[in-house]
Amino acid sequence: MPISHASAIFLAAAAPFVAAIFAPVVHRLMGHRAGWLLALVPAFMFYVVWEVGGQARVAGSAQIYAMPWVPSYNVSISFLVDGLSTLFGLVIAGIGTFIIVYSGGYLKGHVHQGRFFSFMFLFMGAMFGVVLADNLITLFIYWELTSITSFLLIGFDHARQASRRAALQALIVTGGGGLSLLAGLILMMLATGETSMSGILAKGSLASHVLYVPILITVLGGAFTKSAQFPFHFWLPNAMEAPTPVSAYLHSATMVKAGVYLLMRVHPVLGDTALWTTILPVFGGVTLLVGTLLALRQTDLKLILAYTTVASLGLMVMLTGTSLPVAIEGAVLYLFAHSLFKGCLFMVAGTVDHETGTRDITGLGGLRRLMPITFAAAFVAAWSMGGLPLTIGFIGKETMYHALAHGEGSAIFVLVVAILGNAMMFAAGFAVATLPFFGATRETPKKAHEGPAMLWLGPVVLSALGVVTLVFGHWVGTELLGPMATAISKAPSAMHIAPAIHFNLPFGLSVVTVALGLLVLWRLADVRRMVAAVLRAIGWGPDLGFDQAVRATVRLSVAVTRTVQSGKMEFYLTVTFLVAAAALIVPMVLYDEFPKPMTWPRLTFYEWSIFFIAALGLYAIVTARTRLIAIVSLGIQGFAVALIFMLFGAPDLSFTQFMVETLSVVILALVMTRLNLDYQDPRSVALVLKDGVIAIVTGGALAALLLTVTQTAFDSRLSDFFAANSRVIAHGRNIVNVIIVDFRGLDTLGEISVVMVTGLAILALIRIKTRRAPDGAGTGKVT
Amino acid sequence: MRTIIFRTIAPYLASLMVLFSIFVLLRGHNQPGGGFIGGLIAASAFAIYGIACGVAAVRRSIYFHPMALSAFGLFLAGLAGLPSLVAQTPFLTGLWVFPKLFGVEVGLSTPMLFDIGVYFVVVGAITSIALALEERESD
Repeated sequence: MPISHASAIFLAAAAPFVAAIFAPVVHRLMGHRAGWLLALVPAFMFYVVWEVGGQARVAGSAQIYAMPWVPSYNVSISFLVDGLSTLFGLVIAGIGTFIIVYSGGYLKGHVHQGRFFSFMFLFMGAMFGVVLADNLITLFIYWELTSITSFLLIGFDHARQASRRAALQALIVTGGGGLSLLAGLILMMLATGETSMSGILAKGSLASHVLYVPILITVLGGAFTKSAQFPFHFWLPNAMEAPTPVSAYLHSATMVKAGVYLLMRVHPVLGDTALWTTILPVFGGVTLLVGTLLALRQTDLKLILAYTTVASLGLMVMLTGTSLPVAIEGAVLYLFAHSLFKGCLFMVAGTVDHETGTRDITGLGGLRRLMPITFAAAFVAAWSMGGLPLTIGFIGKETMYHALAHGEGSAIFVLVVAILGNAMMFAAGFAVATLPFFGATRETPKKAHEGPAMLWLGPVVLSALGVVTLVFGHWVGTELLGPMATAISKAPSAMHIAPAIHFNLPFGLSVVTVALGLLVLWRLADVRRMVAAVLRAIGWGPDLGFDQAVRATVRLSVAVTRTVQSGKMEFYLTVTFLVAAAALIVPMVLYDEFPKPMTWPRLTFYEWSIFFIAALGLYAIVTARTRLIAIVSLGIQGFAVALIFMLFGAPDLSFTQFMVETLSVVILALVMTRLNLDYQDPRSVALVLKDGVIAIVTGGALAALLLTVTQTAFDSRLSDFFAANSRVIAHGRNIVNVIIVDFRGLDTLGEISVVMVTGLAILALIRIKTRRAPDGAGTGKVT
Repeated sequence: MRTIIFRTIAPYLASLMVLFSIFVLLRGHNQPGGGFIGGLIAASAFAIYGIACGVAAVRRSIYFHPMALSAFGLFLAGLAGLPSLVAQTPFLTGLWVFPKLFGVEVGLSTPMLFDIGVYFVVVGAITSIALALEERESD
């Protein structure tokens, strides 16, 4: 390669984001054929990961490529390339290539196809970052980015209410899990003092650390929500509202595996403890069984696949949770196989939907003659999904059975759950791959025929890979999957992948699995009825629970808003002043900092007169008969204060005070004329008394604070600095102005931004009032 | 409010006040004054003009929407911080040049630009509020 590996990996990580910018333009120029050209981007990423990952293999250790980002917080954009991230990177980029091509065919003619490509690339970049990120903050940012891009993609068809709900649900569940993960990552940083994954891995297991339990729970919170583990599984089937390429890519091959990736990544640090080997197998096992049962109940091709994906994720979590090195090998093999066959089957489901107009399994039949290529791909993929010989799925299943059958203790329960789950998965897989294709041809909304190359290329390649990998089994085992298993379990892995079949215990268990699966497939209609009946009997599910939680939150916020926001100015002012008074008085009482008694200073004649003017203003306000007089009298009092400023040598302050007083009287008067208030202020005696007390308490508290402050010793360091440097550094003799525009310029920038935004807000408020005015004035206009 | 005397004198008074506000703005670095005070004076000038001769007249005379003036001011203030990036100093560091114009040394600086920005923000924001409030009276 002409460029270094470091530049190549950063280039590959940036490429999808760049492609996201240009995708709409390319689409405008080339139409749906843009898919072919754009697919070169993930193909390039695939090549880079292949090369760099190969380098890491040759070096025999993880490679780290870093670039500083926020060095002051020790945050860098850094990538960790080892066996685990290499395989994930290859899957993301490799399947991404075919998905982009497929999207070109699937959304052909869609108005927003360019936008769709853009979102897909954004997601691809985020996902690629998740599996490569070394720095924990980088990891978290990429992690949340996948949630956000997933939100955009699920809600792509935003005109439909169901998609919007599904998008929001996915965002809330996975985004909430992301926050839990953030807490876990921060705890991990605290526990180890490291900010990077590689650093934490180097420190070894945290099992005996005092923070172990909180770390485990928060990290699992992130992983379980992302990987749709029971009871958080409900968002994944709902996410099937997205266009099929999204389901095939995000919700089977890549994003939902981010949680599994995370578990595998932290396994050397958090795994192999009693807690780990209890929580993970239990949650994974329940997810596996619930997922497969719910899958059998569905008749929609995509929903069947979605629930089997939930189940497969459960299986992977369960196997990772055993912490047995061989079981982890099984998980790795299964993960690889699953990405291939499930991506393929989703695309097949999309093609069938695209070409026939329906995805309902009961309304499809006999498509094998009309869509032979699609059928072949589906059948081979189902063969691998069912774990039948000559496929990578078979090897995965044999490996996990081997590990569990030779394990101790609870491994036998895990084994039984795995066999049941796999049997039902077998049935679901073949239901998708055979039912629409065999039997009598049915009438479909569209006249069925084979899809274009763009639609069958991906399924064909992915399903073929499930078999071809066996031919290169030795290489795949030692170079690709073995290093990944080693990175997870930290145990040397001698993975043996070959097409040969050994007639041993695992094979016997496989036969049992297949027999059970065939039985379920034979009585599919009965099973479906049974599951449906059970679900009806339960009547409540997490999906419903989500809606209830959302509704409860809305009700709570409405209740809180109603209480806090009465809409009455009087109430707001009362609360504001009371809180201000409390904030002033409580610290003074607590720390006993009341002003010391003082003697009345000797005042000169003109000081007395200003004091007299202020008092006169005050008297005028209190006794004013109309509101307007009160406002103007407020000005008298303000002017007196401005004069005091002038006397004590603060001309700038006094100048400003004059202007502010003038303008506030003008603006207050204008506001008053608009509000259609009574000419006079009709307050009852009790109300006047209450308001008076509040005013005196607040004012008195502020005065006491000012007296206390002025009685303490004055720290002149700051004013000395300004006085000394204002002329020298800032070329200005007016210190106040120099402070405003130079020394504290950034503060001023913030303040004038606030001034402008406040102006805008007030303008908007006035406009609202003006528009409603005709109704109130009773002009009879109906708006 | 619209007495003949007030209406006659208001345009002159307002122009004088605007002129004075610019004077106050520019001398602010060494004498009492500056962008904030200058802006307030100009805003009161427009308010007086508006009360005397109507909002339409003020809007005509300012030409731009006052909120646009305010936004321009904020833009200017932000812009004043940028030259310091070229000079490799922290954002908003004051930079000065002292060119000789007609034989007089004039101090030009980024703080001055910043102060002019403050002036525009204050004038724009307060004038737009005042005008919006006055508007209904003329309706």
